[in-house]
Amino acid sequence: MSNAITEIALVLEDGSVFEGEAIGHVPANGIAVGEVVFNTTLTGYQEVMTDPSYAGQIITFTTSHIGNYGTTHLDDESRGTFARGVIVRDMARRESNWRSEQSLDAMLKAHSLPGIAGIDTRRLTRILRDSGSLRGAFGTADQASLLAAAKADSGTAGIDLVSQVTTPAAYNYGNGKFKVVAYDFGIKSTILSCLAEIATVTVVPASTTAEEVLAMAPQGVFLSNGPGDPEMVGGATAAIRAIVEAGTPTFGICLGHQLLSRAFDGHTFKLPFGHHGGNHPVRNLATGAVEITSQNHNFCVDPDSLAAVADITHLNLNDNTNEGMRLKSHRAFSVQYHPEAGPGPHDSRYLFAQFAEMMEGK
Amino acid sequence: MPRRNDIHNILIIGSGPIVIGQACEFDYSGTQACRVLKSEGYRVVLANSNPATIMTDPDFADRTYIEPLTPEILAKIIEREKPDAVLPTLGGQTGLNLAMALYEQGLVGVPGTPELIGANAEAIATAEDRDKFKQAMIEIGLNVPKSGVAHNMEESLAVLEEIGLPVIIRPAYILGGRGTGIANTMEEFLKIVTDGLDASPIREILIETSIVGWKEYELEVMRDKADNCVIICSIENFDPMGVHTGDSITVAPAQTLSDVEYQKMRDAALACIRRVGVETGGSNVQFALNPANGEMVVIEMNPRVSRSSALASKATGFPIAKIAAKLAVGYTLDEIPNDITRATPASFEPTIDYVVTKIPRWAFEKLPGTSGILGTQMQSVGEAMAIGRTFPESLQKGLRSLEQGRLGLNCDPGESLYDSLDDAALLAKAAIATPERIFQVGEALRRGMGVDRVHEATKIDVWFLDQMQIIIDERHAMADIKVQNVTRAQMRRAKRLGFSDSQLAYLWSSDEMTVRAQRESLGVIPTYKTVDTCSAEFAAETPYHYSTYEDETEVRHSDRPRVIILGSGPNRIGQGIEFDYCCVHSSFALRDAGFETVMVNCNPETVSTDYDTSDRLYFEPLTREDVLNVIAAETIASGGVAPKVIVSLGGQTPLKLSGLIDPALIAGTSPHSIDLAEDREKWNQLCNQLSIPQPPGGTAVTVDEAKVIATRVGFPVLVRPSYVLGGRAMQIVHDQDALQRAMEQMASDGSLGKEGGLSAERPVLIDRFLEDATEVDVDAIRDHTGEVLIGGVMEHVEEAGVHSGDSACAIPPQTLPAWVVEVISEYTKSIATALDVRGLINVQFAVLGTTVYVIEANPRASRTVPFVAKATGVPLAKVASRVMLGATLEELRVEGLLTPPVSGGHVSVKEAVLPFNRFPEVDTALGPEMRSTGEVMGIDRTFGRAFVKSQTAAGTVLPTSGMVFLSLNDGDKPAGLVVAKRLRDLGLGVAATTGTASYLAKFGFPVDRVVGKLSEIEGSTMDNAVELVAQGAISFVVNTPHGRGSREDGEAIRKAANSNRVSSVTTVEAALAAVNGLWEQRLSEVEVCSLQEYHGR
Repeated sequence: MSNAITEIALVLEDGSVFEGEAIGHVPANGIAVGEVVFNTTLTGYQEVMTDPSYAGQIITFTTSHIGNYGTTHLDDESRGTFARGVIVRDMARRESNWRSEQSLDAMLKAHSLPGIAGIDTRRLTRILRDSGSLRGAFGTADQASLLAAAKADSGTAGIDLVSQVTTPAAYNYGNGKFKVVAYDFGIKSTILSCLAEIATVTVVPASTTAEEVLAMAPQGVFLSNGPGDPEMVGGATAAIRAIVEAGTPTFGICLGHQLLSRAFDGHTFKLPFGHHGGNHPVRNLATGAVEITSQNHNFCVDPDSLAAVADITHLNLNDNTNEGMRLKSHRAFSVQYHPEAGPGPHDSRYLFAQFAEMMEGK
Repeated sequence: MPRRNDIHNILIIGSGPIVIGQACEFDYSGTQACRVLKSEGYRVVLANSNPATIMTDPDFADRTYIEPLTPEILAKIIEREKPDAVLPTLGGQTGLNLAMALYEQGLVGVPGTPELIGANAEAIATAEDRDKFKQAMIEIGLNVPKSGVAHNMEESLAVLEEIGLPVIIRPAYILGGRGTGIANTMEEFLKIVTDGLDASPIREILIETSIVGWKEYELEVMRDKADNCVIICSIENFDPMGVHTGDSITVAPAQTLSDVEYQKMRDAALACIRRVGVETGGSNVQFALNPANGEMVVIEMNPRVSRSSALASKATGFPIAKIAAKLAVGYTLDEIPNDITRATPASFEPTIDYVVTKIPRWAFEKLPGTSGILGTQMQSVGEAMAIGRTFPESLQKGLRSLEQGRLGLNCDPGESLYDSLDDAALLAKAAIATPERIFQVGEALRRGMGVDRVHEATKIDVWFLDQMQIIIDERHAMADIKVQNVTRAQMRRAKRLGFSDSQLAYLWSSDEMTVRAQRESLGVIPTYKTVDTCSAEFAAETPYHYSTYEDETEVRHSDRPRVIILGSGPNRIGQGIEFDYCCVHSSFALRDAGFETVMVNCNPETVSTDYDTSDRLYFEPLTREDVLNVIAAETIASGGVAPKVIVSLGGQTPLKLSGLIDPALIAGTSPHSIDLAEDREKWNQLCNQLSIPQPPGGTAVTVDEAKVIATRVGFPVLVRPSYVLGGRAMQIVHDQDALQRAMEQMASDGSLGKEGGLSAERPVLIDRFLEDATEVDVDAIRDHTGEVLIGGVMEHVEEAGVHSGDSACAIPPQTLPAWVVEVISEYTKSIATALDVRGLINVQFAVLGTTVYVIEANPRASRTVPFVAKATGVPLAKVASRVMLGATLEELRVEGLLTPPVSGGHVSVKEAVLPFNRFPEVDTALGPEMRSTGEVMGIDRTFGRAFVKSQTAAGTVLPTSGMVFLSLNDGDKPAGLVVAKRLRDLGLGVAATTGTASYLAKFGFPVDRVVGKLSEIEGSTMDNAVELVAQGAISFVVNTPHGRGSREDGEAIRKAANSNRVSSVTTVEAALAAVNGLWEQRLSEVEVCSLQEYHGR
């Protein structure tokens, strides 16, 4: 166990400087740069780091100890990591859990993901909460270079990140009752596992056309989560609309919710600092029940823009933003949050059963 | 589902006296419940026998019954108050058990009787009945350890046949694991089964496969009527399975669970609360996890607010008890706003960005004969909680919060204890869970034995051990530095790992203030973060802070005049809830008077650490460093204006700090006066000037000095260390040898920095002990104009020599002539004036013949302040706090805060509650060292009736049939004659030892049965008292210990009574009071009456 410390700094675009120590991968030019967001989940760092929805972002963990239970390939949410870096208060020197295969530090290195530890993550979170997500850079470079790098970063608004994370080729997954085509905008493994319980899934690239999908004659289409700005996912909305109007039962999660909404002329906008955590209360408006949900999104659907075409089904009780909708004249519904969890509570997994019922024709 | 309008009048059952396993946390939850239900417009009726609680303050309920918590008394309260509903889930196991007893008698929870809200009888039975619970868990697909239920030895052996040793034995319906144990051998099995059956009120035990060494977790769950469920907090035990969770170091949030495992546990906890059927409120579910393969089993669930809920509330900022009370009257979680963010609802799961460590505090030093080994039965008397950004920081803060002379994880003078142990011996010790284990583990790591070897021996998770190793590695790295050379980066690293200035001073052979100055000059000063339930995701409204070494502090600026109230730290014998009561009342009174109040404390069980008790809460250790830091932070936050500091309400903890704080800041009596009362020479001079008699005595630092004093004043002498509370190490010694032993013990404690230790600054006080004197306590308040208010004069039931905290006492005095009370009042006034007291003073007197001696004076809040307030209706702590900040008694009269004391019409008796039922190996005889954990109060029209109530409330079962056993020392025999005659009048049999019997016979009272002393019966056919008690032939024991010589006989009898659950008294005064009370009670039925009625409100 080596205690050699490389002192590095994190600089935000507003000029805020944080002192810390390098962990994980050392970036070639000494700089890791991206949009800095925070996640408040207490467990599940590995799932978060391997979630493709974080493409273009640097993830701050508010939980102070990260890496305690190591990592296992079983908890990977995708084939790699797409985030630009991680920021933690403390990185475990030694992990402890029977499931662990390698330490988090080793995993970061294996995935070439840079990190910074020792940071006053609470101060950072308060800044992000008050001023919204900010671009930032960390590394061995001097502070002026870091600031310049942060300012030069393109952020996530107005950028097509989906094309960076989607599968290059279609593949099959699971062996369930229904035939489902899943659009991969950055799909998480846990979603695939949940779908596999009800369906045989064909995962297709984000650019797949409606014709191609309909040619496969699916009983249902799934629209996955994914990173960034829904406005930038070119072509997807037209395909989705055609698929839904063709009568295919459709279910969307997170970015999939935003795209389904946009396909039917809904508007999306960027939240100040997004929702990233595992404890958001969401009301199911049909039953009145409160579900504790896993969330990871910076963009959000404006429910008023959907009033004519959809019923609002779910509401976030913290800030009253939209969390779900069902189209009035088509068999399609979607939620903004993550019912599959991974990480997070399992309160909302019933939605997969609901998708099955829809495909059943109920 | 909004507030229920079909109920109006709610009875809350409190938890009674503070006992091991059930402490202030239920005052916290009960106080919250009272406040919530009152503010919701319900009429609140409260029943609780504990006068030291904040909830029994008459302002918190419409009707407050300080009455014994028995089904009979509660039935009378229900009959009188006719509540629509009974809320039993906030009064601990006591509240739950009483609710079940009332339900079984058809008095609640059935049609036509008050409804049980929170949890119904079926839910309580499912969770509490071991077998039902097990079946319920299997039904929902959860694993439980292989087990069987038994009601007698035969069934127990049959169960053992099936599952095999080792097993863990758990009695049903118990609190704090009483009667629980792990059996590795057949011999242990037989003993634990016998004890376990006795401990269970329904004689039922669960025998299950032992999973000692597994990881242990708890989840705090809340559920509302609409079936919304949330987890408030996950807790991971540092100590693996095998140590009661109340005796374990615990950490929140859970640290070594992956999300996959955590969510599985969460699903199980939600399924559990739903299956058990707790309709509304909080519950806690305990799990064990096999570290080798993740196999998870459910251990137990509490269908009520618990000690862990209090911890979870303080750890997260989520007010479980308050929300539970709202849920009980119909609200749903999403209808209740989160207090802290105000913008988001309570239907969420808190997330935290720090680590909380809870460390128990034990009192084995007060209970000679105990093994000090921790197990499945809870033995700790209190706990400290610490918050840090990381585990190392919170662990070190927690260890110094214990106030046991340790400065953190070793790196202090206390670590010299391990010098004599070789590695193997040290590791062998660390393998056994004791209060010392954490330090032994630290030492083993310091010696380089390595995390894996220590894990092998202790089964403590390697993550925790590695985090401790990080602390140790830092210590090694710092060892070669000198205080003047340390860099900012080095200092910051050390502070971020929780090192105290005094640990660094030890490491660098420097002193604390030098390290502090150096640290400050390097700009390494603490920042204060906020506990906000949401890891800063939303802006927090509630200022609940903890210190850490980070970039940014969150204390807000304010210009209002501010007062810091220093709390009393972890509960211990001698310093408990009474002082929390004083601190909380002070905060309330000063807030009302326009001050901004700032509380500093580290006890998670208390009302004082509730974030809405004060304007600001600092959850911090009560050490010089931490307190000076808070004062500095508050000074900065008010633009340079230093706050006032109250040191005299939290007991000895803040008082010890008074000399270390700028005297200009101390509110109330000056540190100089405090010292004057403690310094024996100055105090003697003062008494001489005032012509107040004192027992002859002196102070000694060495054995020889002590012997000279004892020879001068004559034996017996009372030996006591200075600056202690609760009579720590206090003894009555009868000869030179005993004196020498006492002095040597105190000297060795002193060198280890232990409480009650002797040093040049803290000499030992030696006084002639006044045998057969009556002891009297007075609480008074003096203001700056010189007016003195006598709050209460309390006459002790037990003679002088029994610690006042262990003695019953009465208001008004029952046997003292009016002129004596007058003399006592005058002496009190002149002492208060001579000490220039501003605020409270407690003076102890001993009355012998016609002389009133002063024993000691303490210009601070005493343990009896809440009792006096409840007996007289005068809010002493509130009045005193205002006086300390400059108000006069006259002003407070005009304002209406100070009203004349209520007198006449009723007698109030306070009785101590002792922990002996948990420690069968301990002699129950009372002495000058306090050992009670709590107190109860009996109020009635006469002394006798009030005394009987106090005994019932304390759990003493007074005899109504059978035979009473008397064994008295010579001095007590005359009074014993009166006791014996009264017993016979009551229709009871009398047995006595040969000596006592022959004395009684001499005065024409032949006893029914003569019993031999242990020394006499060998080879004779005489009855043996110990055997008679064990056979159940004796219903009550009166055994007064002899001051000198062989005590074995009495000790054996008292222990036999204790372990066979036969009540006993160890003073003849208590026996007299009891028989007189029983006699009075024969004449008319027991009545109940509320405090509001006694106070004429």
